[in-house]
Amino acid sequence: MEKGKIISDCKVVIIGGSAGSLNALMQILPELTKLNGFAIVIVVHRKSTDDQTLEELIALKSNILVKSVEDKVPLVPGFIYIAPSNYHLLFEKNETLSLDISEKINYSRPSIDVSFESAAEIYGKSLVGILLSGSNTDGTYGLKSIHAAGGTIVVQNPLAADMPFMPHNAILNTNPDFVLDNNELLDFISTING
Amino acid sequence: MIEDIELETLINDVYEYYGFDFGSYSRASLKRRVNRVMHLDGFTHFHEFLSRVRYDPEYYKRMVDEITVNVTEMFRDPAFYAVVRKEILPLLGTKPFIRLWHAGCSTGEEVYSMAIMLKEAGLLHKSLIYATDINATVLETAKKGIFPLRMMKEYSENYRDAGGQEDFSSYYIANYGIAKFNEELAEKMVFSQHNLVSDTSFNEFDMILCRNVLIYFDNDLQKRVINLFDESLAVLGFLALGTKETIKYSIAPNKYKQLDKEKIWRKVK
Repeated sequence: MEKGKIISDCKVVIIGGSAGSLNALMQILPELTKLNGFAIVIVVHRKSTDDQTLEELIALKSNILVKSVEDKVPLVPGFIYIAPSNYHLLFEKNETLSLDISEKINYSRPSIDVSFESAAEIYGKSLVGILLSGSNTDGTYGLKSIHAAGGTIVVQNPLAADMPFMPHNAILNTNPDFVLDNNELLDFISTING
Repeated sequence: MIEDIELETLINDVYEYYGFDFGSYSRASLKRRVNRVMHLDGFTHFHEFLSRVRYDPEYYKRMVDEITVNVTEMFRDPAFYAVVRKEILPLLGTKPFIRLWHAGCSTGEEVYSMAIMLKEAGLLHKSLIYATDINATVLETAKKGIFPLRMMKEYSENYRDAGGQEDFSSYYIANYGIAKFNEELAEKMVFSQHNLVSDTSFNEFDMILCRNVLIYFDNDLQKRVINLFDESLAVLGFLALGTKETIKYSIAPNKYKQLDKEKIWRKVK
């Protein structure tokens, strides 16, 4: 993909993050006023016993409605979906989300790699994957899968990340279409399908 | 990842050769599981894997064991167990005899969790816990009541979060990296193979637990299984599912009443 190309025909923006990613999400999500024909799916590492606190926090700060993810919920443009703790989040052909409690991947459940790869299978070039702050390697393989399926991959500038290891690892091992600071990430998401 | 068409070929062949129907399993997860077992067993080409499955019944069995997800833990979702302890066991305790069914029990961690709670409520002696799974290998583990010792720290925290007040380590004997649970707990357990896809109801129960199994099924199969549970549940009995599962697309809403925010429904008619 050409650098700087405007993204069109996007159906899903999937955002992965670990330690430190909540800060970035809190700088970006509250500033979004609407999602232009796509859904945002957020996959972040969190404690297995964490129930709905992340959903509640994002719902409180965001202008966009947060849909609570249950097994087989339809994925509808215009909403934010958050992967529940202690499940892997997967994508089905009939545009629903499904869940899986199989083994942790990269010590994580939800694993960013698992969700990114699954989304890439279903959404191909209509998918944008964004990887944020974190301190493990989860997400890099997933970004590769998204790229291989024709999607767009974006990595948070490690200098802007609370924990630079995860975005740095992605930059070393993939060829991101964009590497962006937090305010650039906001502009980028705002102009999708614009 | 294998191709969609390859996955469908495998599903068809497994049905044709062995009569087992994966056709109503959720595809995203099933595809990952098939990929995983191919990778684990060193297959590089799908057709080699497929012909092994077709012609080697032992390998087929291994494949099914590996495809079906067997991840479980004791007192998974402690808040759920706290509700069972506080609100459900007292109601079940009024009955002369309590029948429970753990459908898709895997290696049995949740069955032992339930037995511990029944024992603490003074109800284990008049309870019978049927625990079923399609996978015979995991049932063997469940029968033994032997779990990895390294998990006990997490399980004892779960136990405490679920309202447990005893010394959790009094329920098992630790030895060489394993924790062997007291045989007294298993005395009221009956393990058997049961396939939710094709088998029918086999008894009437006061409580059915089937947690994080329906997520692997499509909507049609979920409906079939919920109806199977409905047929197997006494009026005023309880149905418990995983924290992200629901019955609301599968059954008339006025037949069941949901408790609190936990995924527990009571059959009201």
